[in-house]
Amino acid sequence: MTTIEIIQIVLFFGLGIALTPPVGRFMAKVYKGEKTILHPIFHPIENVIYRLTGIDPNEEMTWLTYFWAVLLFATVGFAADLAIFMTQQWLPLNPQKLPNCSWHLAFMQAWSFTCNADWQSYAGETTMSYFSQIFAIMVHQFLSGASGLAVLVAVGRALKRASVKTVGNFWVDLTRGLLYFVLPISVLWAIPLAWQGVPQTWKPYPTASLMEPYTTQVQKTDDKGNNVTTNIQLVLQAPKLDAKGQPMMANGAAVMIDVPQVDSKGLPIMTNVPVMVDAKVDTQPIPIGPVASLESIKQLFTNGGGWYNVNSAHPYENPTPLTNFLELLAIIVVPMAQVYMFGLLVGNKKHAWCLFNVMLALFVLSFIVAWYYESRPNPVMAGAMPNMEGKEQRIGVMNSVLWGTSCTAIDNGSVNSMHDSWMPLAGMMPMWNIMIGEMLFGGIGCGMYCMLFHVIITVFIAGLMIGRTPEYLGKKLDAWVATWAVIGVLVPNAACLLPTALAVEVPQGLSSMNNGGPHGLSEVLYCFAEAANNNGSAFAGLNANTPFYNIGAGIVIWIGRFIPIISILAIVGRLASKKTVEASAGTLPTHGLTFGLTLTGVICVVAALTFFPALCLGPIVEHGLMLAGRAF
Amino acid sequence: MIKLIIQSVRQTILWSIVAGVIYPVIITVIAQVAFHDQANGSLVQRDGKIIGSAFLAQQFQGTNYFWPRPSACGYGTGPSGIVASSGSNLGPTSAPLHTNVINNISAFISGNNLPTNTPVPADMIYASASGLDPHISPEAARLQIARVAASRGMSEDKVKALVDQFTEPPQWGFLGQARVNVLLLNVALDQAQAEAKKAETGAPSKG
Repeated sequence: MTTIEIIQIVLFFGLGIALTPPVGRFMAKVYKGEKTILHPIFHPIENVIYRLTGIDPNEEMTWLTYFWAVLLFATVGFAADLAIFMTQQWLPLNPQKLPNCSWHLAFMQAWSFTCNADWQSYAGETTMSYFSQIFAIMVHQFLSGASGLAVLVAVGRALKRASVKTVGNFWVDLTRGLLYFVLPISVLWAIPLAWQGVPQTWKPYPTASLMEPYTTQVQKTDDKGNNVTTNIQLVLQAPKLDAKGQPMMANGAAVMIDVPQVDSKGLPIMTNVPVMVDAKVDTQPIPIGPVASLESIKQLFTNGGGWYNVNSAHPYENPTPLTNFLELLAIIVVPMAQVYMFGLLVGNKKHAWCLFNVMLALFVLSFIVAWYYESRPNPVMAGAMPNMEGKEQRIGVMNSVLWGTSCTAIDNGSVNSMHDSWMPLAGMMPMWNIMIGEMLFGGIGCGMYCMLFHVIITVFIAGLMIGRTPEYLGKKLDAWVATWAVIGVLVPNAACLLPTALAVEVPQGLSSMNNGGPHGLSEVLYCFAEAANNNGSAFAGLNANTPFYNIGAGIVIWIGRFIPIISILAIVGRLASKKTVEASAGTLPTHGLTFGLTLTGVICVVAALTFFPALCLGPIVEHGLMLAGRAF
Repeated sequence: MIKLIIQSVRQTILWSIVAGVIYPVIITVIAQVAFHDQANGSLVQRDGKIIGSAFLAQQFQGTNYFWPRPSACGYGTGPSGIVASSGSNLGPTSAPLHTNVINNISAFISGNNLPTNTPVPADMIYASASGLDPHISPEAARLQIARVAASRGMSEDKVKALVDQFTEPPQWGFLGQARVNVLLLNVALDQAQAEAKKAETGAPSKG
């Protein structure tokens, strides 16, 4: 722990908190349709967009129609993405001549990007054409982020309403968000990134001549590209025997000789071996592209699907400590501000700040725990420390841990270090942040409404304990509301644990693991936890580009996205149709320390009861084995 | 329902044009005009030839060059062209990682003729996240000075001066970590040696 590390941490959280009220206020204004500084330019454009896309901005939707609009919009995006990924070799903007994606990869990626999960089982620089990166990936990073935010706006609006059946118009919320907020802030963030060295060009990859060319061995191939092998007699090593049949010794070790192998009839046993030839490596292809424009939207709207295989650990996606700080800040700015915006929309800022503080406390706690364990020596690795495996020199351990816990507390899923190589209990904290539902600010929109499920459960439990009808923001809660809140929490949790259990039972699941021992289980558990919560980060050693994982994760991502959305819209649709009751002396306040602590307790108990057994078998037992010096 | 589908299609097309064409074109124009060098990948050129990028590590094994951090992806290149960036993704209880760690420690110590009990900086023991980390720690550079100077017949002071020149402190004094860019340092080394040779061969004609 050094002074400059403390300065960076304080600056990171401080700036995030300081930006919350102004950004949140701006967002609330945009969604309420009030005048902002951007109105003179964008208001005419907004009206043109409604006309071009056949939308009546004054039309109101019921909660169910709103849900259908969200789902159908994502499904159209899914179909477009699927088509682009599977035909990219014939489409323009493919200077590297990259081939089409397999159907299962295209299926998973199309849901992944349209559901704001942005989990990737491919390497961007060697798989995706510029066309795919821009139209199938970046465009949907805008649209999925704005869709999630629109749902939250509908939730806030509906909670404020009384005795009506409608929650707003999805197309209006989507258009306003994109036009006044998402696009301008993305432009703002992309410029300093380009200044610091993130590429932004449409040219093909240049090739550099290496300063120190080298020669390596590769298997020889014939004209058709098939590997060439040769048939030779199998030779094994055996100890040399002296005249008495005893092994001959030299310097305390047995002398070994080559023994050509023969079968029982005395014929030589033949074996196929590859023919190796020297191959000179004297060039390095330099993967560039329009990266900066994708980078800002990826960081700002909890997408996390990067241009390169290693995401923001790549020196082009994150070239300097300043870009690292700006990209980190981009992770938290909008998710923090959405809580404030929610407070303004429902007209209860005290409640919003209470939720904000609960989120912040659990977030900071997860960071401190992860940082502590990541800074410990590793007995298996000869005590070498700090653990720089899978970390970058310009970023270092503290910033890697701060990023790793931020991108999982907040449904971002970008990485600037390889979580797979973190210490066991440090790597457990990103997993924990994901498993509790990614609502420590959480994803754009979705983090906040996942928190609302827990708020409703808390209000319900507190009401039951003291024998009062539970009320939330002036509305009485009934069985319908409680049922949907439980569905919203339990279905994603089941969608994480059940596929994990399946994966460790079948060879298709086990064969993708990169690490042995309990760490292999951690890789699979992390994979489905992040899919069920739409995160997108990974224990990346897992080879997930297989039909089993692509199809499995694709389905889990869909469940993790749309089940919470339909649950929250069902809840607020019900509450909007109810009358508002005035708060009385008997009403439990939804702010203050008591409520905050009860809520924290509910969050931790629900997650611990669900996931503690799985975590015990993964990171917790691995920690013990590591201290005992065991390696796998 | 049909109405919603038609609206979805029209909205998707419209935003694909706004976010997929107008937005990246605006950023490209700004970046290419204001930050031309960075926007094209911060390429390093020598004698009119591209020899690398300031942000991507290359493999250096010769005794006359500073060595970069270990890479799990062959520094992004191989006999059949580009290799995707990647870390090892080996976990803290991985036996293959243990083997790598032992090999990296002994290679660094024997390669630099250091006393066997020298603590090797962690960045030279462990592979980077991207496999392309262009930097090493100042400590890792310092331990290589004697070997590079001896191999090139340069004075240690001169090599050390170059290392100091290419050591970047934390950005703005408080962001990130101190680091040395290996590729830029090696280019500067070649250049310094070439200039020294020119001065030597040029000297007799003057006298």
